[in-house]
Amino acid sequence: MVTRGFTGRRPARPDAERLPPGQYLTEDFPVLQLGPTPRIDLARWRFTLREGSKPLKSWTWDEFEALPRTRWRGDIHCVTKWSKFDTAWEGVTIDDLLAAAGIEAPTAYLLAEGYDDYTTNVPVADLTGAKAMVATRYAGEPIPPDHGGPARLLVPHLYFWKSAKWVKGLRFTQKDEAGFWELRGYHMVGDPWREQRFTGD
Amino acid sequence: MPLVWQEARITAAVPETPRVRRLTLAVGWSKPFRAGQHVDVRLTAPDGYQAQRSYSIASSPTNRETIDLLIERLDDGEVSGFFADVAEPGDAIELRGPIGGAFVWDPAQGGPLLLVGGGSGVVPLLAMLRHRAEAAPGVPALLLYSARTLDEVIAREELLRRDAEEPDFRLRLVLTRSPGGRRIDAATIGETLAALGTPAHTFVCGANPFVSAASDLLVEAGVPARTIRTERFGG
Repeated sequence: MVTRGFTGRRPARPDAERLPPGQYLTEDFPVLQLGPTPRIDLARWRFTLREGSKPLKSWTWDEFEALPRTRWRGDIHCVTKWSKFDTAWEGVTIDDLLAAAGIEAPTAYLLAEGYDDYTTNVPVADLTGAKAMVATRYAGEPIPPDHGGPARLLVPHLYFWKSAKWVKGLRFTQKDEAGFWELRGYHMVGDPWREQRFTGD
Repeated sequence: MPLVWQEARITAAVPETPRVRRLTLAVGWSKPFRAGQHVDVRLTAPDGYQAQRSYSIASSPTNRETIDLLIERLDDGEVSGFFADVAEPGDAIELRGPIGGAFVWDPAQGGPLLLVGGGSGVVPLLAMLRHRAEAAPGVPALLLYSARTLDEVIAREELLRRDAEEPDFRLRLVLTRSPGGRRIDAATIGETLAALGTPAHTFVCGANPFVSAASDLLVEAGVPARTIRTERFGG
């Protein structure tokens, strides 16, 4: 349906091709979160892999910082319509985490869990194969608390609500269980290139 | 339930403040939305180019026929500029919603209810206040609202009237760019909490720096973080 009188402002060609449908480019880094920014004491920080309620492996901050590190640079896309290009992150890939734990993924699904009790589901296949990391640095600096520091999940090929802020662990689940937003009508997968914003998209 | 795009006709478009225009849209929803929810709107150019944005609903959920959006004109805003300068009653746009299940208040949740808004961040809080007045007027509520000037206070007459007429509602305006202007600080928050009591539910909405500052101050003042919900715009 053409909107009377709307002409729009199209991004230039190279930018337009990098923007998934319905997205616009921002130079800022907007902040979206459910509540106040949690204060996290690095001395008490832990990152834990669990299968259901059973802990499989846990790292302190210092142990986590000693894991092999990977850099990733690219575009991120938020379901609230903004996209940001050429963001630079550094952290530990999920492949390296599993290797350091000496395990293979026990199930095909998991929930990422945050220190703010946020959860979001991601299939393991969307995390392994160098597709995702637990990031601890952004643009060469520790991640600011408003952007999820000290550590956040980074799954850049999915809408950014899947990249849980203040992540404290990954909990493997037998089936694909909905997380916080998925229980409230947001899509179980969230692929921006297929514009999977909401259930049924 | 899939969220489907629907065509919605603009039934009224009036200035709310010098920078904000109120648009009334006929949606004819079969179920009520929840105060605090938003809609996605989609505009389409003749060549098929589309732009989408999210806007909070300002009107009370008791009206399912029409919703009000209060759209602030942003500098060089692609979509807000259309709503400010081009859209007129009789035009149709596409929208889908209601969306969002975190920044919502239902009368059954009760109070005390603390609402903290900066600029046009007051919009979803207005829906909560309007719903409260109709469905749960005995729930103690306080709106702490930071605006630049009195002219830019959205729904000013209504808020002043509610403050005067509703025994369990208080309005506290903070004007940042007026003579003697100030920003929300620890003292403002302390006075607010003393007037309301410890809120059972707090909703903070506004631009990113405003929400960060206000929610940090609330946590520092002892409001449990899990009772605070935030929504931010800008970017």
